[in-house]
Amino acid sequence: MELHSQSGHQLLDLIKNKKTTAKEVWESLESRVRAIDTKVNAYVRKDEKREPSLKPDSQQEGKLMGLAVTIKDNICTTGMNTECCSKILKNFSPPYDATVINKLKTNAASIFNLKANMDEFAFGSSTENSAFMATRNPWDLDSVPGGSSGGSAAAVAADEAIWALGSDTGGSIRQPAAFCGVVGLKPTYGRVSRYGLIAFASSLDQIGPLTKDVEDSAILLEAIAGHDQYDSTSVDIAVPDYKKSLGSGIKSVKIGIPKEYFIEGLDPEIKKIVGEAIDQIKKLGAQVQEVSLAHTEYAVAVYYIIATAEASSNLARFDGVQYGLRVEAGKDSSAGMIEMYKKTRGSGFGQEAKRRILLGTFVLSHGYYDAYYLKALKVRTLIKQDFDHVFKELDCIITPTSPSAAFKIGEKVEDPLKMYLSDIYTISANLAGIPAISLPCGFTKKGMPVGLQILAKPFDEETIFKVAHAYEQATPWHKRKPEL
Amino acid sequence: MNRRHPGISENQNYNMPYEAVIGLEVHIHLKTKTKAFCGCSTEFGSPPNSQTCPICLGFPGSLPALNSQALDYAIKVGLALNCKVQEYTKFDRKHYYYPDLPKNYQISQYDLPISRDGFLDIYPQGIKKMVRIKRAHLEEDAGKLMHKEQSSLVDFNRTGIPLLEIVSEPDINTPTEAYEYLASLKSIIEYLGVSDCDMEKGSLRCDVNISIRPQGIEALGTKVELKNMNSFKGVKDALTYEIGRQIEALESGGEIIQETRLWDTVSAQSISMRTKEEAKDYRYFPEPDLPPFIISQKKIEEIKKTIPELPREKMRRFIEEYGLSEYDAAILVSNKNNADYAQERLKAWPDKNKKPVANWLIGPLTALASSNSIAISEVKITKEDFLELVDLVENKQIVSNLVGKTILVEMSSSGKSPSLIIREKNLAQVSDVESLEADVDAALKENLKSVQAYKEGKNNALMFLVGQVMKKTAGRANPKVVQEILKRRLA
Repeated sequence: MELHSQSGHQLLDLIKNKKTTAKEVWESLESRVRAIDTKVNAYVRKDEKREPSLKPDSQQEGKLMGLAVTIKDNICTTGMNTECCSKILKNFSPPYDATVINKLKTNAASIFNLKANMDEFAFGSSTENSAFMATRNPWDLDSVPGGSSGGSAAAVAADEAIWALGSDTGGSIRQPAAFCGVVGLKPTYGRVSRYGLIAFASSLDQIGPLTKDVEDSAILLEAIAGHDQYDSTSVDIAVPDYKKSLGSGIKSVKIGIPKEYFIEGLDPEIKKIVGEAIDQIKKLGAQVQEVSLAHTEYAVAVYYIIATAEASSNLARFDGVQYGLRVEAGKDSSAGMIEMYKKTRGSGFGQEAKRRILLGTFVLSHGYYDAYYLKALKVRTLIKQDFDHVFKELDCIITPTSPSAAFKIGEKVEDPLKMYLSDIYTISANLAGIPAISLPCGFTKKGMPVGLQILAKPFDEETIFKVAHAYEQATPWHKRKPEL
Repeated sequence: MNRRHPGISENQNYNMPYEAVIGLEVHIHLKTKTKAFCGCSTEFGSPPNSQTCPICLGFPGSLPALNSQALDYAIKVGLALNCKVQEYTKFDRKHYYYPDLPKNYQISQYDLPISRDGFLDIYPQGIKKMVRIKRAHLEEDAGKLMHKEQSSLVDFNRTGIPLLEIVSEPDINTPTEAYEYLASLKSIIEYLGVSDCDMEKGSLRCDVNISIRPQGIEALGTKVELKNMNSFKGVKDALTYEIGRQIEALESGGEIIQETRLWDTVSAQSISMRTKEEAKDYRYFPEPDLPPFIISQKKIEEIKKTIPELPREKMRRFIEEYGLSEYDAAILVSNKNNADYAQERLKAWPDKNKKPVANWLIGPLTALASSNSIAISEVKITKEDFLELVDLVENKQIVSNLVGKTILVEMSSSGKSPSLIIREKNLAQVSDVESLEADVDAALKENLKSVQAYKEGKNNALMFLVGQVMKKTAGRANPKVVQEILKRRLA
């Protein structure tokens, strides 16, 4: 097997045993990207000159031993542009590294010197909203990879990355992981520092790993997790040794299946595959029972009020004054500054960004705030209480990650509502702040991957890893590779 | 039949008596070492944009983290203004687009300010009046724009400096009361040591809301907001002007428009800036980057302990302990450093009667300090030397008051003790009758007209003659002795 096809922990073993070096792995990745990324389009700005950021041999002492990590284009990296795949951040070169980047470096990782494609500002579920180009699903180049971390997911699936970081606001790690047949984890809100993640919705955003298997997910989370004085929403709880939670069996684990997730709108083929996965988990000895998350039906509505409200505020800073794109007002204009704002934002933001800014501005406006934003906050609390209630008795919850497998490029671009519904199963975890993983649980007849979602109580990523790893080791899905 | 409001200019006559209703919004810079949400310095006067970082510049991906000193200072001011400190509080975002606001929203507080429901007693014309404090909340300052002919430049050094916005209830009725309110507030905050309160440097800013209504009517008139005053006097002038403008408008059958007006110091007029229709919707919502937090009772108690004696209590004590007049005491406590300085000297004065010390502090010492543009506490005269001088002049009468003042100046420049200066310059007062006779003789001979006037009963003439003798002795003669000799000789 070629180096780029291996998982992270396999490569760490090979390096430890002096069978290969981080440099050889890096070179293997580079040649893989050269060979196939013109087809997949996982990476952006490939023609730009940038510093090679492979750690020199002398600095590879540490957990990640110089192995490269692929970074989504909304996580700040020095020496490499960070543009959120938006025209408005054209040529933005951050003067600082995000906390997760510093942590990766402390753990002796190299930062891969290409950034992964994404929906502009993480607004989307297909990576079609990137201002640069659409990424293609490695399992079917006419299908979307999911989004918004579609570049990160496709890169891992196509062996153009060993592993990658994405960000998840309503499913942006898990849904593309499901579509591309990889493992994607959204950690508990506050588990990973958001400092340096260009914000979409601050109360929902969380950075997490996209990996080839569950063990890699545990390794990468451990490397990036922990309290950060620069992020007041990060929580000061010790980071466990996540690898210890792997391989211990799931005999006593109590699992809930929420009935609200298996209703109309769920593709029957997905329903069947997820059902088989649940049976498999039962066979492994877990106790499975049906539960109710009564407020599930409101999640999408609540999410699109809170997320867009916060986004409209977070995106206010892109005004052409300090960085990124500026479109001058023109000399004849009397109201130069306002014109400059309008022209810059008018031409810098894509259609979906504009839609969300308008929606968010509306729900925060005087006279509408109480009816929309405040009401949404209240329902958010109810959704969180549903989970609290279930987790009093049970250890985790299992659902499908998305109601369908990857859809075709262009299929949903004209219908934002349909697009929004592809996140219907992932949104609740962000609203409740709880951790959730997606891992491969089978393939459709057309050969497209299907994702299984496991959710647990806040800061209990260990249970997620335990159950996910047990299932993964009992099934062949994570070993299958797309033909490219 | 007083039909005019005290705040309304005396030389105008109106059909109706009016009352002004005024509320003040005061912003003060809290003197923390670093900014409210990042580690940048808050020092004033550094080169433009030298005190900035990705956080206060609002760079993509950066996040705020609250400076606990800013919070402590805000609580301290709240407590000093008799406010209730909020147990559960949070920050909110206030949105508006302006190039001096890098995120295009300001981190502020909307519905849960750090403190609320307090009061401040003011004493216009010596009569106590309570002004209720509605709220005091913490927020971040914006940057500073400098407009050039073709472009504008922005300096972000000030961006993110913690501001405390103190909002009064509309309990103020005259420009003088507004002035008194600002002066007391500034004095209290200076005592707390949490702000410089310097309007020129922008570390204290004040906006006012004002409406007028016919006296005796409860319904409020239409409110106008005034901005851009850059001194306490400016606030007073702007209010006086605005009250006049509003009365004129009503008297001439017009109406007041709800609007924001800018005070222009040069033309001494207010100019309309924007009307209510153009009023902004700030779209406040809870700041998701800063979780809500609890201010513990323990913390409040700890901060309470750090509040020093405030000006009003100190004044009361000066009156009681030192027997000073209210006037003298008020002058001495208006500034904390001066008050501490004065207290040290008043305390060390062994006599029960402290008035002489107070007189010398308020009179000659204050004059000397202000001629050098420094505070009295910065005058280089030791406590011992100062009190010795007061003793030499007031008790021992070794030198006259006049000579005493010149000795004080000499003391501050040379650092010598008053007794040494008197010895070196031979300044001791002459009280010996015999040695003064010759000078008295000469004065009488040279001023026959005054002698005549005195004999005709004009007492002023005697003081003139005393002055002449003083002149001849270069101020060294004891004026009381001279007066006695003169009286005897002219009897």
